[in-house]
Amino acid sequence: MSASATVADEHYTSTGLNNRKMVFWAFLGSECMFFGSLISTYLIYKNHSLNGPYPHEVLNIPLTSLSAFVLLMSSLTMVLALAATQRDNIRSAKIWLAATAGLGCVFIGNQIYEFTHFVTHEGLTLQKNMFGASFFVLTGFHGAHVTVGVIWLTSLLIMAFRGKLSAKNSLDVEIAGLYWHFVDIVWIAIFTLVYLIQ
Amino acid sequence: MSDTAHPTTHGEHGASATTEHAHPGASEYLRIAAILTVITAVEVAVFYIPAMQQWLVPILLVLSAIKFILVVAFYMHLKFDHPTFTWLFVLGLTIAGAIIISLMLLFDAMVRFHQVHSS
Repeated sequence: MSASATVADEHYTSTGLNNRKMVFWAFLGSECMFFGSLISTYLIYKNHSLNGPYPHEVLNIPLTSLSAFVLLMSSLTMVLALAATQRDNIRSAKIWLAATAGLGCVFIGNQIYEFTHFVTHEGLTLQKNMFGASFFVLTGFHGAHVTVGVIWLTSLLIMAFRGKLSAKNSLDVEIAGLYWHFVDIVWIAIFTLVYLIQ
Repeated sequence: MSDTAHPTTHGEHGASATTEHAHPGASEYLRIAAILTVITAVEVAVFYIPAMQQWLVPILLVLSAIKFILVVAFYMHLKFDHPTFTWLFVLGLTIAGAIIISLMLLFDAMVRFHQVHSS
């Protein structure tokens, strides 16, 4: 489908708002509830472990601070990718999209290192105690969301390299950006509630 | 990289479009990123300063709330987009907050109940 056809085919609701954007915001609202449930489960269970390791013994603040910084910077590169696409500057958009996906990979790499370290050095697993179970489920689901985001960004990058990305279909980048920023704000909450408030 | 604000390509149709504003430029995004970085550095510093432990929870909650709002308002463009998107998101966020508070109160009450009946 050509870019112009994409614009012509876009649907608007009776409110005059784009239906794709509207449904995506509703989806993000539902994702808030999903992560709200996981965060509350963690907060309830973290102090109910009968045996260690406990949060203050294992959580690595310098590493997760770096991850927080990386994800915040990826939000910057994502919004710059959208701005470039809207200006039809596809060359810049490619760079910023690649940077965002790259920073996402760095975040995932940090999380894989953290999980591996917990399992192999600290003996913390899903089955070990309540803290381990709720911690791995919460941060694991967040990591899975980041992974989906990286795959999504990579597909946009492929679109750009094939010449299928332009200002006319910048909504594709905008919606991917909304998802990416959502993943970032979930980490803002997790970083504070899980890592800094132990 | 252009530093000027630009309207969204996919603006809303009809009368509703009057409530949508142009997105900020690159310099505004960089300024927000700098603020987010400073806030994150302050959060980590507060965590390591023993004298701040008494105020750790309220300070961290306020700082993370500021970061959350900055990302949602500027990077997700809710400050500039149609208010309906804000309401959709705030609805989900409110229900999420209610879930967190009610579950914590419920489990707290359950623990107290077991403590009373086991003693």
